[in-house]
Amino acid sequence: MNIAFNRLLTALRQPEFVSTFSVSDWDALLRHSRSAGLLSRLALDIQGCAGWDGLPERVRRHMRGALHIANRQIRAVRWEVHKVHEALGHLGIPIVLLKGAAYVMVDLPPARGRLFSDIDFLVPRQSLDTVELQLVFHGWHGTQRDAYDQRYYREWMHEIPPVTHVTRGSTLDVHHNILPLTARLKPQANILLQAIVPISGYNNLYRLGDADLVLHSATHLFHEGEWSHGLRDLVDLDALLRHFGSDAVFWQCLFERADLLDLRKPLEYALYFSHKLLGTPIYDHRSGVAIQPRSNTLLSPLFIQGFASAHPELTSPSSGLALSLLYMRSHWLRMPIHQLVPHLIHKAKIRTGAKNTQQ
Amino acid sequence: MIRDVTRIRDLSDQELAHRLAQGLDLETGPFVFHIQSRENAVFNGLRRLYADFPISTEIVRDFHVRVRRPVGLRHWFHPQVVFEHDRKPPFKPLPAGHAFAGLEWGMNWCIAGYAHHFLTLHAAVLERNGRAVILPGEPGAGKSTLTAALSLSGWRLLTDETALVDLDTGELWPMARPINLKNSSINIIQAFSSNAIFGDKAVDTHKGTVAHLKPSLDTVLRMHEPSRIGWVIFPRWQADAPARLTRRPRADTFVFAAENSFNYSVLGETGFRTLEGLVREAECFDFRYGNLQDALAVFEKLAG
Repeated sequence: MNIAFNRLLTALRQPEFVSTFSVSDWDALLRHSRSAGLLSRLALDIQGCAGWDGLPERVRRHMRGALHIANRQIRAVRWEVHKVHEALGHLGIPIVLLKGAAYVMVDLPPARGRLFSDIDFLVPRQSLDTVELQLVFHGWHGTQRDAYDQRYYREWMHEIPPVTHVTRGSTLDVHHNILPLTARLKPQANILLQAIVPISGYNNLYRLGDADLVLHSATHLFHEGEWSHGLRDLVDLDALLRHFGSDAVFWQCLFERADLLDLRKPLEYALYFSHKLLGTPIYDHRSGVAIQPRSNTLLSPLFIQGFASAHPELTSPSSGLALSLLYMRSHWLRMPIHQLVPHLIHKAKIRTGAKNTQQ
Repeated sequence: MIRDVTRIRDLSDQELAHRLAQGLDLETGPFVFHIQSRENAVFNGLRRLYADFPISTEIVRDFHVRVRRPVGLRHWFHPQVVFEHDRKPPFKPLPAGHAFAGLEWGMNWCIAGYAHHFLTLHAAVLERNGRAVILPGEPGAGKSTLTAALSLSGWRLLTDETALVDLDTGELWPMARPINLKNSSINIIQAFSSNAIFGDKAVDTHKGTVAHLKPSLDTVLRMHEPSRIGWVIFPRWQADAPARLTRRPRADTFVFAAENSFNYSVLGETGFRTLEGLVREAECFDFRYGNLQDALAVFEKLAG
């Protein structure tokens, strides 16, 4: 593990400890936390304790800048959700905001200082056509024109091809499930829909239930293989678990839902790594006592490398291999081998094709 | 204030090349760039145009950038370079001959993308007698030519590309970096002053031929000295037009500046307040001119 990553974990667990960091620690830590998408979150944590005034001036400046970006993104997410609600709210179809958009709209702790890419939401699969058509009427259009990609999304994936707004340029990911249809684990979307919670002030706008928020975040982190913001996703999980975890009923519900949705495995990973790296308090779902979650996975060192991989320069030499293995793992989990092999061959062809035309 | 600093001109060719290979900490106003490159064009540009700039001793650097050759066979028949910030390339690779221009664009990109402790405007800024003039950049309006001519005629250059407005004090901060001139502007400025020192030309870039003008020693020595706003002037070159200032409404100036800011929307209310304060404090003009000498006379009079 590299020093900057260790420092970042320390700062996230105990922000008051940053006063013990040297100035040279900060040069690497600034870069690492920015690459990990956590600079603004770290800034808020440090502002909240006594450490802020002791920071090097140049670090404070970049943190202030990062906070401006985070605040701007939260404003943008609220506005975009407002526009989505304008387009879809009257249809009588439940629109279930996922991840960042949900955290922002109900002010959940992971929203603090968080950065966003796209807006994700889930609708019942049978309503996809209606939703897609309404989105087109309101200016969101698909950017994947290639027939192969269209088929890839529509037959195998848990979402339709992303749509982008013609004037605002915002991108929406419209899901009908939280894992690909071809994936090894098979969560049932209708079970998720049974537990959704309305977002006040809007019609037909929802978020996932408390336990399902955690399960979705865990599933996304350990199955999608986007390790460049793996640690950011773990920080989300930590914040959710700390927020809901004070209630004993939550832990019981979390494990029940995990079994019901076939998501026990990603949940166990999430609890293990959140506790190990961020010190999240975890409670036994039967006895209610605090426990040290265990993981029987041999992949543990790989995952740790994944979490540490945000900055390409500040990682260990074996990180490249670890990321390749994690990438292969995520594809292995994504689809069965008879679909995976032709898919990867097609992707490789496209990549070499693109290179040739560039030359 | 005299500080014991090492400047790029204090380094031998060998030392400079070595530092660049390892990473050279260039101080340019409020920013420290950690620049790593083995490209000749980068070496030449720094040697010639950044000679007076200090090498920073700050431990925390603002931006870690590299200009390097991408791996691949192209290397042998059409060498390219790629600019990277924190190991990520924001642009497509450029021909190797454009390496220095690419570094300059890349540095501007870093500032536009991350320097949110300032309100940043796409504009040139110069100062005379303690008051600064902002020249916003309508493309093709002759902003850079006028900026270069003013900087060679007693005005202190703060920046030719990105105005940095302090969010707390409303002051304008210098960067003192070289002025980027394009196409015919290069010849005009060469003819205008025998003191103009240019770097190597980069031909056939997406902006045509570009070359950079070395900032004066005074400009560089005063790179930590901010200035208060005096004027916002929108220059427009027009063949044979007499040099003339006409008042421009403040509200109109505000809207134009907001649209030409890199981070007005990022800063939200802070951006609004900062820009409002700036425009309120400034006299705002449109300025047409047909030749540089007449234009300079108008600016001379303005500065009093």
